[in-house]
Amino acid sequence: MRYHTPDNFDEASALAAQASGTTRFLAGGTDVLVQLRSDIVTPDDLIDIKHIPGVREITNEDHGGWRIGVAVSGAEMTEHPRLELDWPGVVEAMDLIGSTQVQGRATLVGNLCNGSPAADAVPALAAAGAHVTVVGPNGSREIAVEDVPTGPGKTCLEKGEVISALHLPRRGHAAGDAYLRFIPRTEMDIAVVGAAINLRLDGDTITEARVALGAVAPTVRLVPKAGAALIGSTLDEAALDKLARAARAACNPIDDRRGTIKFRTKVAGVLAQRAAKIAYARAKGDRK
Amino acid sequence: MSMIHVNTKVNGDEAEFLCDPRETLLDVLRDQLNLTGSKEGCGTGDCGACSVTLDGRLVCSCLVLAVEAEGHEIGTVEGIAEGETLHPLQQKFIEYAALQCGICTPGILVAAKSLLEKNPDPTESEVRYWLAGNLCRCTGYDKIIRAVMDTAKDMREAS
Ligand SMILES: Cc1cc2nc3c(=O)[nH]c(=O)nc-3n(C[C@H](O)[C@H](O)[C@H](O)COP(=O)(O)OP(=O)(O)OC[C@H]3O[C@@H](n4cnc5c(N)ncnc54)[C@H](O)[C@@H]3O)c2cc1C
Ligand code: FES
Ligand code: FES
Repeated sequence: MRYHTPDNFDEASALAAQASGTTRFLAGGTDVLVQLRSDIVTPDDLIDIKHIPGVREITNEDHGGWRIGVAVSGAEMTEHPRLELDWPGVVEAMDLIGSTQVQGRATLVGNLCNGSPAADAVPALAAAGAHVTVVGPNGSREIAVEDVPTGPGKTCLEKGEVISALHLPRRGHAAGDAYLRFIPRTEMDIAVVGAAINLRLDGDTITEARVALGAVAPTVRLVPKAGAALIGSTLDEAALDKLARAARAACNPIDDRRGTIKFRTKVAGVLAQRAAKIAYARAKGDRK
Repeated sequence: MSMIHVNTKVNGDEAEFLCDPRETLLDVLRDQLNLTGSKEGCGTGDCGACSVTLDGRLVCSCLVLAVEAEGHEIGTVEGIAEGETLHPLQQKFIEYAALQCGICTPGILVAAKSLLEKNPDPTESEVRYWLAGNLCRCTGYDKIIRAVMDTAKDMREAS
């Protein structure tokens, strides 16, 4: 295994483009190291991106959105004084990942690029409308978070492409997001179902809504029909019912001893409803 | 396989070593620097027995490559006592018999110390959540939690 420490993204991309064997980028390493240690993946080239200037920074951009560096850890997001005020759902989703120790290292982009269908931060990012900047051999491009994973452990990134930053849109007024997951324990477990909601209100009426689900399909899924079920409503019973039906209809889960197909599908509807209520309350100004 | 030369600081002292890029920080701490306080329980980030601090941040040393230590500061359980004087947490763990086999203890001490530095007045649930990544198969946790709570109280009163 060759270990590289490029000091800019073009160099990181060039290293990956030239590599002939298995290549991994190293952010927090909480997936890469586990796979290395269990002999699942031993990269021939490991490209540590933490030496690139700016990767640990959380920046409020001119247009009001947030740029999150690719080496920012979960702990750094939780400790940030303002990020959580704008995007409580994204921050709480990231905070659910692993233990205090894992939080000290794990990153959003690592969670995204590891490609787990159960990745906790990804539904929240997709609901938020986040996108990533990708640097590659043919220049750079922007990709919506929901388009990055293409299957378990797979992403749409081409050989030589590396994510250089993650962007959250401007929060704007009367808006809120939330993420909930179901696990059989209270801590330290993998989501059986995850549901994220992001919405905006005009008075009591929902004018924008995005819904994303985790662990119920081969990739995290944005569910436009579930979002549409909420728009124009005041989150009344009829809208909640339509939301749950649309969420369940989007499910195509695996069947295992942690959750049957029937259970995961049912819980997806329930969690979507509960997350919608929290997001709605947050949009109304409730900051708990 | 070419070895990489790493300069780092461990418990305040300069340290240097040669390592294979696949070696973890835990491997090097134990096998080269002879700091065997950090334990390997699982090697995959689940048990917390290998907990250390990296630039003051609590991490699992089994999930950090040794080469990543270059230019950073590591804190291990060996740095908790001051000479012969045990840290208040260590004293309380003995007083409360908050350990049996002791495999989890170094990691729990490092983790608890990092909690008390961040939050000198944690609630019981805060302590339990903070330590959720530190598994103990012997004590049933209750004595550990009480020892940490009581240390926090003593340290608050002393300051
Ligand atoms: C004990 C434990 C508990 C966990 N619990 C959870 C949990 O509850 N929920 C959950 O979702 N996950 C969990 N995880 C998995 C893991 O912590 C997360 O997926 C984490 O967010 C990965 O981030 P990282 O920075 O450590 O990624 P890394 O391991 O550094 O990288 C992961 C992948 O992303 C790629 N990558 C990283 N950065 C880039 C980049 N800039 N551009 C392109 N590709 C990149 C790497 O090549 C690699 O394939 C857990 C892991 C452990 C060890
Ligand atoms: S040995 Fe590192 S967490 Fe178990
Ligand atoms: S004392 Fe044996 S594992 Fe904790």
